[in-house]
Amino acid sequence: MPCLLAPCVAPLKGRLELIKEQIMQLTTPLTNEVIEQLHAGDKVSISGVIYVGRDAAHKRLVAALDAGEPLPFDVQGQIIYYMGPSPAKPGWPIGSAGPTTSYRMDPYAPRLMEVGLKGMIGKGNRSRAVREAMQKHKALYFGAIGGAGALIAKSIKSAEVVAYDDLGAEALRRLEVEDFPAIVINDVYGGDAYEDGVKQYSRE
Amino acid sequence: MKEIHSDQITETVTRLCVESNYYLGEDVLAALRRYREAEVSPVGREVLDQILENAEIARDEQMPLCQDCGLTVVFLELGQEAHVVGGDLNEAIAEGVRQGYKDGYLRKSMVQRPFSARINTKDNTPPVLHTTIVPGDRLRIIVAPKGGGSENMSQLGMLKPADGREGVIKFVVEAARRAGANPCPPIIVGVGVGGSAEKVLWLAKHSLLRNVGQPHADPEVAELEAEILERVNRLGIGPQGFGGLTTALAVHVETFPCHIASMPVAVNIQCHSARHKEATL
Repeated sequence: MPCLLAPCVAPLKGRLELIKEQIMQLTTPLTNEVIEQLHAGDKVSISGVIYVGRDAAHKRLVAALDAGEPLPFDVQGQIIYYMGPSPAKPGWPIGSAGPTTSYRMDPYAPRLMEVGLKGMIGKGNRSRAVREAMQKHKALYFGAIGGAGALIAKSIKSAEVVAYDDLGAEALRRLEVEDFPAIVINDVYGGDAYEDGVKQYSRE
Repeated sequence: MKEIHSDQITETVTRLCVESNYYLGEDVLAALRRYREAEVSPVGREVLDQILENAEIARDEQMPLCQDCGLTVVFLELGQEAHVVGGDLNEAIAEGVRQGYKDGYLRKSMVQRPFSARINTKDNTPPVLHTTIVPGDRLRIIVAPKGGGSENMSQLGMLKPADGREGVIKFVVEAARRAGANPCPPIIVGVGVGGSAEKVLWLAKHSLLRNVGQPHADPEVAELEAEILERVNRLGIGPQGFGGLTTALAVHVETFPCHIASMPVAVNIQCHSARHKEATL
């Protein structure tokens, strides 16, 4: 099992620790030092600030970079979660909030890694170009559980729109998360948890 | 001739939009529990547990199972002896979607001008409406929200008659393989065989309305469903693509006669959040 790789990771002063059931605690922003410790298949629990953007927000972020304009947030070391929430009910910070399919962000992701993006959370396979960019720029791709939006919402403590409010569900958001559960899908060594999983369980 | 008021149709659609997004069907829950017991991958079992827990949270907290509350697909079976009064039937359905997505705090995911501006319609309209005229004086309304991630994995194949049964199986298994982790497995594979290009896609989508795992009434079709399911679950994709035995919970096939030159096959993949609720007026 890919997750059994976890015990070889040593605790790293507060930023990354091995806890029960081999779940690594990550705090954002991510550093190269932490990123290099993680491997495809590792289970992680993410706390801190993460940003949220999907198709339309990515198009605008990359358009801003191409025009030489500043991004609406400091992307250095940050994680972008591919997600478009359902509306928050009164008293809730957010509605249902699970990942969307990541390959649609593939055309934009390498450009954001070039300027400092260190993590992406979504679901589904990434293109070769994205996986190569992750190795080159030292970034990770995490998988969250698609269709578990109500469960995931419980780990989101606050949510605010940072930019592109006109996009509604697709606006760029800033979340504070606590123990957000995910699995490392692609690491900086070319590892791929989806490929490993199929290899192990295929009966063809 | 029985009269059905458009206001009643709107109220019903409003309710079905909310219920379908909050409450996962008992058939889906039972299938998830059954596969959870048989799954050998530890991560796979955890994922299935979390999917089941998610359904409990959605039900208890009255919130959507998934943030993607779907494109609203509505199937209508309108009795030829029924008469809709009080307004435009199509508008009554659209108004139900508008109210349901607002009242239920459901995500509005429809954009107009699809190849250019992509401006959100802000009320999840228009729904995609499929109407069939049937005997009787009732109106059966089925609301089936469909997420974008799984819908994007749909496939249409205009196969040759010579491709035969094995050609159908290969086409469907390849569609599931290519979809991989994208459509949120475990999936339900909706398959249409026969008809025309547009008819076969309708068949594939319509097959998803059946209770999960209920075999087709025709034993020959039921046997095909069982064989495709076995082959799809040999792929090893597993829950959420992390590897395992549970790639699909069921395969549903619907067929229709076709032209001597053709063998259309369509695949419509449904994520584990297999949502549909119905009412008959």
